[in-house]
Amino acid sequence: MELRGCEILIKTLLQEGVDTIFGYPGGAVLDIYDELYHSDIRHILARHEQGAAHAADGYARSSGKVGVCLVTSGPGATNTVTGIATAYMDSVPMVILTGQVPTRFIGTDAFQEADITGITRPCTKHNFLVRRVEDLARTVREAFHIARTGRPGPVLVDLPKDVVQTVTEYVPAADPADAADRSPVTIDEGQLRHTFELIDKAERPVILAGGGIIMGKASDDLYRFASRLSIPVTSTLMGMGAFPGTNPLWLGMLGMHGTYYANMAVSECDLLLTIGVRFSDRVTGKIASFASKAKTIQIDIDAASINKVFSVDIPIVGDCKSALQLLNRFADERKDTDSRKRPQWLDQVMEWKSGKPLKYSPNGGTIKPQNVIETLYKLTEGDAIITTEVGQNQMWAAHYYHFDKPNRFLTSGGLGTMGYGFPAAIGAQAAFPDKTVIDIAGDGSIQMNIQELATAVSHNLPVKIAILNNGYLGMVRQWQEIFYGKRYSHTDIGETSPDFVRLAEAYGATGLRAMKPEEVEPTIRKALDTPRPVIMDFVVEAEEGVYPMVFPGGSISQMTLDSKELTNK
Amino acid sequence: MEVRNHTLTLIVNNKPDVLARIAGTFSGRGFNIENISANITLDPTVTKITIVTRGDTATVIKIKKQLKKLVDVISVTQHENGSSQQREMILFRIETDGTNAREITETAEKAGCSVISRTSEDLVIEWTGTAESADHVITLLSTYSIRDMSRSGIVAL
Repeated sequence: MELRGCEILIKTLLQEGVDTIFGYPGGAVLDIYDELYHSDIRHILARHEQGAAHAADGYARSSGKVGVCLVTSGPGATNTVTGIATAYMDSVPMVILTGQVPTRFIGTDAFQEADITGITRPCTKHNFLVRRVEDLARTVREAFHIARTGRPGPVLVDLPKDVVQTVTEYVPAADPADAADRSPVTIDEGQLRHTFELIDKAERPVILAGGGIIMGKASDDLYRFASRLSIPVTSTLMGMGAFPGTNPLWLGMLGMHGTYYANMAVSECDLLLTIGVRFSDRVTGKIASFASKAKTIQIDIDAASINKVFSVDIPIVGDCKSALQLLNRFADERKDTDSRKRPQWLDQVMEWKSGKPLKYSPNGGTIKPQNVIETLYKLTEGDAIITTEVGQNQMWAAHYYHFDKPNRFLTSGGLGTMGYGFPAAIGAQAAFPDKTVIDIAGDGSIQMNIQELATAVSHNLPVKIAILNNGYLGMVRQWQEIFYGKRYSHTDIGETSPDFVRLAEAYGATGLRAMKPEEVEPTIRKALDTPRPVIMDFVVEAEEGVYPMVFPGGSISQMTLDSKELTNK
Repeated sequence: MEVRNHTLTLIVNNKPDVLARIAGTFSGRGFNIENISANITLDPTVTKITIVTRGDTATVIKIKKQLKKLVDVISVTQHENGSSQQREMILFRIETDGTNAREITETAEKAGCSVISRTSEDLVIEWTGTAESADHVITLLSTYSIRDMSRSGIVAL
C-alpha cells in the first residue's frame, strides 16, 4: 500500500494506541493536520505550545500512558522546550512531534527553521530527525519504546515537511526490540536477599519513596512491604501518593519543606531504604549529615542516579516493582513476624508526629492558604487529581492534601516550572473526563499559562483552578523576608494583577472569589458543582510562609518550624 | 582521590549527531575531554571513539554511567594501564634555515620520527608514540623553530 508520510505517521500513532494529541498547527505540519482532520484521534488545541507540552505531560502522569504533543517547526518547537525539560527532570514518558522545514532547506536559516534536535538534546531522553520517509514508521515506534521503557522520559521526533509529504510503500513497523533499553532487567537476587536481612534486622528503619514508585507502578508492592514490616515511609515531592497519605506509617514529605517527623526520622534512623529517588538537593539538605546514622540502600532503575550526589552503602540497579516484589517474597518466606514490630521506634516516630505536626495559625479575619487546601481535601474526599504550580502553592498542596493513591499529584518537582499546573490539569482532565481535577495555583504562576483557559473552555474540560492569591510571588517573597531583609524586590504583583473573576468570565469560564474565611467552603462547593472550568480566587493572608523550612546549606534536622522562630534567630 | 587521565573507548551508532550527544554529555555535566578521536570501524554502521578524560575514579564512573545512558552508545570500556596499547600521532612543521635541515632530520629520526615532506623552507615530521613520551619529543624538537604542530587524539586498542 502506497501512503504519504503523514498518513504513515497517523497509522503508526494508532498502532501505538494513541487516542489523544495535544498540539498547535502551523506551516510545517499542515499535512499532518490535514490527516488529523479525518482521523479518530482526539486533538486538543492548546493556545500556546508550552501549554500543549505540559498538557501531554499531565496526561502521561495521571494515566501512565505516553503523552503526545504535536507542534510546528521553529517557534512552535522552541515553545515546547520548557515542557520537555519539565518532563525530562521528572522522568515523564512523552513523545513530541515537531514539524521541520523541508530537508533541502535544513541549515539555510529558512523561515521558521530551528535546530530543535540540537536544542533539545540535553533535555530529551533521545531525539530523532527523520530524513527519509522509509524510516518514519520505525522511528516513531522506537520513540514510544524509548519514552516508556527503563527510566521514562520525553523523546522528540522532528519531521521535515517533505518527509511527511512523500509517498512510499507502507509496511507497518514491528514493535522495537529491547535494543534501545539498556536498563538491566534482572536484579541481583542474592544481593537483594542480603539487603532484606539488613532491613529485617534494623531497629530504626525508614523507607524513602520517590517518583520511581509511581512511574514503576509499584505503590501496592510498597504498601505491602512497609505495612508487613512496620516501617515508616516518607517520600520526595515526586513520590507523593506512592504510599497512602492517611496511613499511620506515613511520615509526610521529606526535605527543605519536609515535616518535622519525616526529617527527624531520616536523621535518626539506622537504616534508610530509598526506592526510585535521585537525592535532589531539596530532599537531602546538607549532604554530609543526611541520614548520617543510617546504613543506606538505593534501589533505582537508572544506574547513573546511584552515587551521583549521595554515596549509598548498598546500590541496587533495577526496577522498583521487581525489587519490591522480591522483598515481599523474602518477607513471606520469613517465619517469625511478631518480633519485627519495632515498638520503640514506632513510638518515637509517633511522638515526633503528635508533638510537632504540620500547623498554621488559624484563620483570623483573612483566609489562610493552608485552610483552602484542607477544605479542598475535605470536600473532594481526597479523591481529586491535584496539579500545582511552583512555589508556596506547591508546598502547601503537598502538606495539606493527603494522597492515598498514585498518579493523583502532578507537580513540576525537578525543573520547578511555574505555569505547569494549569495545562497539566487540562491534560489530566482529558485523560479522566469524569474526575475532579484541581490546579492549586498562585497569582503569579497562573498568569504564566492563563491563555489555556480558552483550551479548557473550548474542549469542555471542567478543570478547577484554586488561586491562593497573596499578591506576591510568594516563595520568592518568603526568601526575601528571611534572607534579604524584607526587601521585596519585584515580587509585589498584587496591584497589577488582573481581576481573575472577570478574566475567567472573559474566557467563558466561571469566576468565583472568596475574601473571608467563611466564604472558602461555599466557594469550593459551588466550583465543584459547576460542570465547567472555574477559577476560584482566594484572597489569602499576604505574608504567610511555608514551614517547616530548612535553610539552604543546613541539615534537614535543623528546621525552622514557624515564622515566630525567625525573630529569635 | 587521585586525579589523572583515563582513556575510554566508545562503540557508537554511526549517526551524524552522535559526537554532539557525547560532547554535550561531557559539557552539560561538568566533565572534561582532554582529547578525542573518532573513526569508522570494520562495521560501517558503528564508529569507535576514544576519549581521554581527566578526573578521579568516582568521576570516571559517573562519566561512564552517563555515556551508557545515551541511546546511540553501544558500549563504553575503560582502558586500564598496562592492558591496552595507546598511541598518539603528532605532525610538526619545522622551519629550516638552509643549513640545519640535515641536523633536524637526524635528531628527529633518532627520536623515532620520520620526515614526510621537505621544502627549501621547512620539514614536516611525523611522530607516533605514547602520550607519556609526547612531551619529550616536543621538548626535543622545540630547540628548532616549530612553526605549527597538530596532535591527534589518543587511539587505543
